[in-house]
Amino acid sequence: METTYTKTELLAFVASRMLEDKRSVFVGTGLPMIASMLAQRTFAPNLLIIFEAGGVGPKVPTLPLSVGDSRTFYKAVSASSMHDVMSQAQAGYIDYGFLGAAMIDKYGNLNTTVIGDWEKPKVRLPGSGGANDIGSFCFKNIIIMRQDKNKFLDKLNFITTPGYLDGPEGRKKAGLPEGGPYRVITQFGVYGFDEETKRMKLISLHPGATIEDIKENSSMEIIIPSKVERSPEPTQNDIKILREIDPQGLVIGNE
Amino acid sequence: MQVLEEGQGKLIGWVDPDEMRKWVRENKSRELKDKRMSVSDAVSKFIKDGDFIVSGGFGHVRVAMSMVYEIMRQKKKNLAMAGKTAVHDIDLLVASGCVNKVEVAYSFGHEMRGLSPASRKKVQDGECEVVAEITNADYQWRFLAGMMGIPFIPARNMMGTDTFKKSSSKIVKCPFSNKNVTLVPSCNPDIVFIHVHRADKYGNAQIEGISVEDFELARAAKRLIITCEEIVDEEVIREKPYLTTIPFYFVDAVIEVKYGAHPCNMPYRYYFDEEHIGMWLKMSKTPEGIKEYLDKYVYGPKDFSQYLKLVGGEKKMKSLMNIENLNFNEYAEE
Repeated sequence: METTYTKTELLAFVASRMLEDKRSVFVGTGLPMIASMLAQRTFAPNLLIIFEAGGVGPKVPTLPLSVGDSRTFYKAVSASSMHDVMSQAQAGYIDYGFLGAAMIDKYGNLNTTVIGDWEKPKVRLPGSGGANDIGSFCFKNIIIMRQDKNKFLDKLNFITTPGYLDGPEGRKKAGLPEGGPYRVITQFGVYGFDEETKRMKLISLHPGATIEDIKENSSMEIIIPSKVERSPEPTQNDIKILREIDPQGLVIGNE
Repeated sequence: MQVLEEGQGKLIGWVDPDEMRKWVRENKSRELKDKRMSVSDAVSKFIKDGDFIVSGGFGHVRVAMSMVYEIMRQKKKNLAMAGKTAVHDIDLLVASGCVNKVEVAYSFGHEMRGLSPASRKKVQDGECEVVAEITNADYQWRFLAGMMGIPFIPARNMMGTDTFKKSSSKIVKCPFSNKNVTLVPSCNPDIVFIHVHRADKYGNAQIEGISVEDFELARAAKRLIITCEEIVDEEVIREKPYLTTIPFYFVDAVIEVKYGAHPCNMPYRYYFDEEHIGMWLKMSKTPEGIKEYLDKYVYGPKDFSQYLKLVGGEKKMKSLMNIENLNFNEYAEE
């Protein structure tokens, strides 16, 4: 029987498959939370989930609405503080991080602060929150965002969160620890970063998406390798679990 | 140590550590004394126009909402506020015109619920100034340095980004590692208010669940106002001293406000009131809606207990307690 799923369910599934068992991940609310819970309930039972407000290793019962809400430390191994977990991240204890963004550039730098001029903003966005911290401290960051010509840019007007800054030596020159963007997931496919240039590179296309979709919905030049894979698809069981995690479809119900 | 780069953001809340020591010596009583008062007395006694205020908790979690409403009721002006991930509190305080300067880690949004129409518009219209950018980690490290009595603390983030360029931090060459490092300035806010689970009349305060940054924030504050779900006997505190996040000598006022975090989440007690938050987000899309909301829920009631009746009283809180305790069946029968 063919599995039917929403586009957001596919994103959650694809994101979950990037995580590893027995590793730690810094998660935010929404899709990252759902992806991490799916990973835990399928192939990564010992994935250590950490929330920036202090929740460590919870057995998340229902989808949290805030990175500080009581669900983020429900039956957790520790309910501690932001100083504690941010220090852990800075000290190298957190492997994966999840980030969202309004805009991204070819080196994986992110903007969540402002559209237009900082002094006289066209649209004021919430700012870094913990994003700059996650982007600076976690070893491998996974970015989930919508892709279009206004979001995939050659250069950002405001870098909120560091990717590779201006290229391969960017982070080291600036003084940032080892780490950076690892994958970018959009409605069309999955991207990684070229080893040499640290520029964004297509890895896989989601079912139904084409290379033309990728090009038409980007204002930056994306490296397209000769061999492009297909993104993995969720099974009936994955979808069943996703719908248990978010029964009201607060997040995965969106197309 | 040579400064390599300076953020252009305005420095707020920084106090020279020697001045702060003097202030602490002269103003923070070590006497075990009864500090109970009303919310309205605490606001009028301690908060002056122009002060730099910080609200405890995180986002919509464990926020001292009775303080937020009272500041609005007393129409305090020109306040600066820490957007140290500040969500509902800062949205209301900016929308009502009490706060017009914000240092932003995260503000003008409600996390998963979307952007804040009211406070965002104030920024876009130039009525509220973003004085500087910062990150969540660096904001709480500002308080950590503030509580430690040191002028700054090094951190390994923000470098290479515009978040740094618009911050009040500086980048130097580290004399030990010889690598670039960010120096985040300490922060000693004029006023901090924190909602906790229980306290005694002296202010010994206990928090259940994550403390977020309230351990550091309480110790960095010039004036600290504690609201709590219940005031208990000193013996109850002494029974479990390991739960005391904030001992009495940091505290200037303590007020019992049952359900005092509504519509925010109070861990182990009651969950978010999504209906109420959703109503605010909807109404705050227009100036008329903002006025209507504030008139009805903030300026109308004379105190928090009248406000609680207006938002559904004990019955409402019972249903939010059931959601918090994952007791959905009972909730459905409500």
